[in-house]
Amino acid sequence: MTLSVDISHRLGDFAIKANFESAGRLTALFGPSGSGKSTLINLIAGLIRPGKGRIAVDGRVLVDTAAGVFVPMHKRRIGMVFQDARLFPHMSVAGNLRYGRWFTPASERYANMDAVVDLLGIGHLLHRRPAKLSGGEKQRVAIGRALLASPKLLLMDEPLASLDEARKAEILPFIERLRDETKIPIVYVSHSIAEVARLASDVVVMAQGKVAAFGQTEAIMQRLDLLPAEERAEGGAVLDTRVLRHDEAFGMTVLGSPAGEIRVPQLARPAGALVRLRVRARDVMIATEQPVGFSALNILAGTIAAVRPGVGPTVEIAIDCNGATVLARITEQSKQSLRLALGRKVFAVIKTVSFDSATTGAGLPAEADG
Amino acid sequence: MTWLLDLTPDEWNAVRLSIKVATVAMLASLPPGILIALILARGRFWGKTLLNGLVHLPLILPPVVTGYLLLLTFGRRGPAGAFLAEHFGIVFSFRWTGAALACGVMGFPLMVRAIRLSIEAVDRKMEAAAGTLGANRLWVFATITLPLILPGLIAGAILSFAKAMGEFGATITFVSNIPNETQTLPSAIYTFTQVPGGDPGALRLTLISVVISMVALVASEVLARRVGRRMDIE
Repeated sequence: MTLSVDISHRLGDFAIKANFESAGRLTALFGPSGSGKSTLINLIAGLIRPGKGRIAVDGRVLVDTAAGVFVPMHKRRIGMVFQDARLFPHMSVAGNLRYGRWFTPASERYANMDAVVDLLGIGHLLHRRPAKLSGGEKQRVAIGRALLASPKLLLMDEPLASLDEARKAEILPFIERLRDETKIPIVYVSHSIAEVARLASDVVVMAQGKVAAFGQTEAIMQRLDLLPAEERAEGGAVLDTRVLRHDEAFGMTVLGSPAGEIRVPQLARPAGALVRLRVRARDVMIATEQPVGFSALNILAGTIAAVRPGVGPTVEIAIDCNGATVLARITEQSKQSLRLALGRKVFAVIKTVSFDSATTGAGLPAEADG
Repeated sequence: MTWLLDLTPDEWNAVRLSIKVATVAMLASLPPGILIALILARGRFWGKTLLNGLVHLPLILPPVVTGYLLLLTFGRRGPAGAFLAEHFGIVFSFRWTGAALACGVMGFPLMVRAIRLSIEAVDRKMEAAAGTLGANRLWVFATITLPLILPGLIAGAILSFAKAMGEFGATITFVSNIPNETQTLPSAIYTFTQVPGGDPGALRLTLISVVISMVALVASEVLARRVGRRMDIE
């Protein structure tokens, strides 16, 4: 699937100008509130008409103001999951789920009711009314409803933003399954680094109505300067790792990555499972010699690949550990006293306890039960 | 209680006629009532205030004036009346249909108001959600908007029915007071009060009026509560 967007749109004093093309499994539209990402997704869905420009999905033109084309939203076959679920209050959960199916030509129906209900774990809710559901359940039903219309593209507009942490943790695995087990391309709007790092294959960074950067998640996550101020502390490298083994005696899980083994608090995932690990830049220390007599368990050898000024008195140092990049945020003073410079051999040190469910994304056993 | 039901045939006819006229007036007002309410709630056009004023006119004008205006327009020699009689064979003047028309017109502002308020309360985001699921505007209206405004629709219909049961001034001006044809309950009660010894008859019909109004009111309450519960709107 290729989504190509090239539009400019004006809303009062606010102007949006976006030009990108994504073929990712899950493309995140990422940026602070007011950056125009929700407007962009509404333009793709057809809820608003752009002032100027063109949007196409897999070569099918949805809007082209120059050619006078505007496909109305009900003909776009684009599923949308809203932040506020928007379940129909006068229908049961089953009625909500079946709604879109009705309007889908039989030849284009690929979504199967039982499979979707199963995927989202909502079988026990079918006869309930939306008003009787929890926030997390509502959102799962809303996702199911969008899926059962057999969309060609699924848009999710901050689907987790109005939920508390526990509910978020409940839904994230379902979105991961959606990404990995279905073929529908997804565009996901979020202002949370944790969600984007965990879910996205590609990221479009929005700022003040413009595309500030676009690329693969691993590359974008290295650019701490692109992150909104309130999320900067969460920024860091994203590593694709695999569960090697569990260390039951100490309650740890050992992950394998190109950079070496990384120990994290024990995860509720089987050996061999893929874990996308986010290493917060602020959690990484730098040593110029192999540390001894040190409590931190993760010591990765590498060379300094980049030194960038950070916010305030900090610097960001990218360390290339055997092809995988780890990002560290340290003070200017440390940088000078250690004489850190490009090409120098160093060790990145990360405490095991600095990883949590937000960075391992796998649900630690204690939380998985709750 | 038996004396209450011991009505003369003419009195029974007045009761039956009133119910028929009110029911027809209510049902016939519903489609245009929904349409006008939609236009007033959602439309943005020049002259909206004018249309709103026009709809509310029967509420403000003396009923006699409304009845006289109906006579001028829908009477045999009135432009609309002559046209309808000639092309569709629909005659209003001095017929029960005319009474239904007068009652419908008098209840129209009340009905439009109730429906308009409920349309304005509908969350348009729900309609947008239905649109992304593939429903065109007509389907969105039928499957989302209409069910969501059902309580307002019922309230508007009951108001229109109640107004029709009590309508007197416009009806008597437009279609007069003909037993078995245009003599509704209020007209019959009025007639009783104008003749010597008519008090028992007037009282009987008055009590029946009260009973019918109460039944309609209770029925609407029950209906509205059921709809509300079905939707689980807390």
